[in-house]
Amino acid sequence: MVVNSLVIQLLNGLASASALFLVASGLSIIFGVTRIVNFAHGSFYMLGAYVAFSITRALPVEAFDVLGELGPHVRFWGGIATAALVVGLVGIAIEIAVLRRIYHAPELFQLLATFGIVLIVQDATLAIWGPENLVGPRAPGLRGAVYILDQRFPQYELLLIAIGPAMLGLLWLLFHRTRWGTLVRAATLDREMVAALGVDQRKLFTGVFLLGAALAGLGGALQLPRETLNLQMDLSIIADVFVVTVVGGMGSVVGAYLAALLIAELQALMLLAPPFTIAGIEIAFAKLTLIPSFLVMAAVLIVRPYGLLGRPQAAARVAGAAEPVLRLATPELTRIGLAALAALALLPLAFGDYTVAVATEIAIFVLFTASLHFIMGPGGMASFGHAAYFGLGAYACGLAVKYWAAPMGVGLAFAPVLAGLGGLLFGWFTVRLSGVYLAMLTLAFAQIVWSIVFQSDALTGGDNGIRGVWPDEWARDKAVYYALAVALCIAGTLLLRRIIYAPFGYALRAGRDSPLRAEAIGIDVRRVQWIAFAVSALFAGIAGGLFAYLKGSVFPTYVSIPKSVDALVRVLLGGVQTVSGPIVGAIVFTGLEEQLARATEYWRAVLGVVIILLVLAFPEGLAGFAQRRWERWRGGGE
Amino acid sequence: MSVLLVESLRKSFGGVEAVAEVSFAVEAGEMLALIGPNGAGKTTCFNMVGGQLRPDGGRVHFAGRDITSMPPRAIWRLGVGRTFQITATFGSMTVAENVQMALLSHRGRLWNWWPRATRLYREEAIRLLAQVGMEDQADRACSVLAYGDLKRVELAVALAHDPKLLLMDEPTAGMAPAERIGLMDLTGRIARARGIAVLFTEHDMDVVFAQADRIIVLNRGRLIAEGAPPQVRADRAVQEVYLGSGSTFGGH
Ligand SMILES: Nc1ncnc2c1ncn2[C@@H]1O[C@H](COP(=O)(O)OP(=O)(O)OP(=O)(O)O)[C@@H](O)[C@H]1O
Ligand SMILES: [Mg+2]
Repeated sequence: MVVNSLVIQLLNGLASASALFLVASGLSIIFGVTRIVNFAHGSFYMLGAYVAFSITRALPVEAFDVLGELGPHVRFWGGIATAALVVGLVGIAIEIAVLRRIYHAPELFQLLATFGIVLIVQDATLAIWGPENLVGPRAPGLRGAVYILDQRFPQYELLLIAIGPAMLGLLWLLFHRTRWGTLVRAATLDREMVAALGVDQRKLFTGVFLLGAALAGLGGALQLPRETLNLQMDLSIIADVFVVTVVGGMGSVVGAYLAALLIAELQALMLLAPPFTIAGIEIAFAKLTLIPSFLVMAAVLIVRPYGLLGRPQAAARVAGAAEPVLRLATPELTRIGLAALAALALLPLAFGDYTVAVATEIAIFVLFTASLHFIMGPGGMASFGHAAYFGLGAYACGLAVKYWAAPMGVGLAFAPVLAGLGGLLFGWFTVRLSGVYLAMLTLAFAQIVWSIVFQSDALTGGDNGIRGVWPDEWARDKAVYYALAVALCIAGTLLLRRIIYAPFGYALRAGRDSPLRAEAIGIDVRRVQWIAFAVSALFAGIAGGLFAYLKGSVFPTYVSIPKSVDALVRVLLGGVQTVSGPIVGAIVFTGLEEQLARATEYWRAVLGVVIILLVLAFPEGLAGFAQRRWERWRGGGE
Repeated sequence: MSVLLVESLRKSFGGVEAVAEVSFAVEAGEMLALIGPNGAGKTTCFNMVGGQLRPDGGRVHFAGRDITSMPPRAIWRLGVGRTFQITATFGSMTVAENVQMALLSHRGRLWNWWPRATRLYREEAIRLLAQVGMEDQADRACSVLAYGDLKRVELAVALAHDPKLLLMDEPTAGMAPAERIGLMDLTGRIARARGIAVLFTEHDMDVVFAQADRIIVLNRGRLIAEGAPPQVRADRAVQEVYLGSGSTFGGH
């Protein structure tokens, strides 16, 4: 019996691998040629499913009657193919409208802009199809099941199993037997070379986008008969896809297939593992499907940092070419800054409870942003999953209340510990990579934390979160809690700032500026980065803990991708290369978000547009922009 | 005992044998020039001695200790300073801070979290910069310096921990001829005064013949000559290599 269910699970794994492969190969092909990691690839996948849903419904059954027996088949598969094509066209539109303008921007900004697209697509989908889950039609002729080793196995899954290798074969033919495919391969190897040969890059890029988006759309459309459609499809697949592309190697289609197989099979097999109990809490492997992906990814990255079939990437800079020299602020500027901070901190108390609550949130996000800036700016490591540590801090408080009924002090002490430990664990892997690989890995880690808190109902309350996380009696008053939060957050932010100017911060910056030189004067760059990562996680954890007591509850959304990206936007908005940037960024962005959320239901889309415009207008961030303006103005005056 | 002893060092990239069976030694206070045409394997040798590359075979001994395949930072701690063919400095720091960074590392203060780094060991850094004639530019950003000046900063950084061995890969590239002689003359004086062993590469033969105590010549990864400058200048094989590659040799 065990053998039978094993075989069935292996087959299930193969079927899931196909969808994963379609999306991942699209991402990989686009990256290979354009060097853009397309965050919106999950959105293409989701769109594919929704569009296929509408098309297969809209096509009138009678119109296909003339085809007789074949009618329903043509109707269904025609719908799927059309959906893929429509998504491909959407891909082209996005390429022309947005991405074309940012091919030369720093890659972080590119990732960010594509996240703006994620937000817009999310709200567009919500507007068009509504918030309810949708159930699509089943494939005609494939509604039944076959019996394999006495077990029922859906026919449609068999078809999916075949589609993966079939598409791999087709892609291989495309890349090796057509002129266009050869050009794409050449461009993946050496972009400048192809440009020098007089190939129209624009057309090539647009074509690649069409292909990549259509593949993702196809992957989504094929889910129609087997999954209910929901608005979380985009972000839930993108984490898996990032893992697959990182494991397979960016830019390698075959690598993507191998990795998709590996990951999907592992996840399928996990479903067979029996649950076990730790400290009285039942833990079901079946629910923790992301953990094996994590282990595989970790193992692969240790042995082959660029994935199974990937090649090393030139290390990428977070910001533009030359970083400006960091100098200590003059005493006078320091006084002005501290005075402004004090005034800002006292001001909300003059207004009502609502303002105080918003101000508390802003203070917390200042610290959270400063913690991310610490590794992004001086460290040169762009974390796309910093919410993981914020969330770990929040859950530390939640768990302390839930299991020990602990007072606030214990929770707030436990928060940085848990987050710091998380940072130590994940950071160890993270510092082995750089550039987009690093960004994708941190995002995958955050998804793992998310899936753990989301799926372990018994421990964390799952989707319902943990409620009743209130401050101690003495700090219940909004103004008192505000004072506490502001004090801790400003202290934390100033401490991080102090570290940046201390030898450790210099060593961190040395490793970013020139790892070669840093190692040649005795600096253990990886270790410095690793500890910096953990320190940053620790401070993020404090912010998360304060946030938990502010809201009185803890939810998996604290760890979600949008939270991570928000943090990133705050840092970039403020400017990566200025030490005061994160403070400005956090205040402006949190305020903006608050206003938007109150003004419109579709605030996500508005935010997406704002992000894209910001990337287009201020590639060096607001504070960086202001600094440049200031220097130019002063330079002109002298 | 030689400060640096290299035995049968080998390294291949793919099918290309970049360095094959190279052996040599450098004594304290000696200036040894490693010369050879482009692509001869000089930088590869440096990288294997400095720890940036792992050799395929052979041994490297420093002050009697086997340092083969040690990481660069460990080799540096033992007393080996180096400069790079393509300068490697910290662009977001000032000239002085670049030197201070090496001093902070040398004094074991990298893990300090509180003091202002820019105020630590500043005088010492300025003194080192003064040695290479860069004290006037101490507070400029490293990223705006002229290439020749960057090479000077690298020398100051390399001298910061009182090394016993200096590895200098084309230390004068990007400088005017007079400046080159000056800098290597200075290096020579410092090396002899402090008993530092210096291994350097250089394309300017005037500099090589003026400053080197001994010369070794590399061609396609193999040592083809070794000896005092006049001896090497007279060597047939060496002349052929240089004439064959189109470079001027000796320049007179
Ligand atoms: N990382 C590498 N990968 C592949 N080949 C390499 C690598 N580094 C060096 N080579 C090759 O090894 C040979 C020796 O190179 P090396 O840089 O050591 O020469 P060099 O003597 O320093 O030359 P130059 O005077 O131009 O600096 C060359 O053929 C070079 O192309
Ligand atoms: Mg060289």
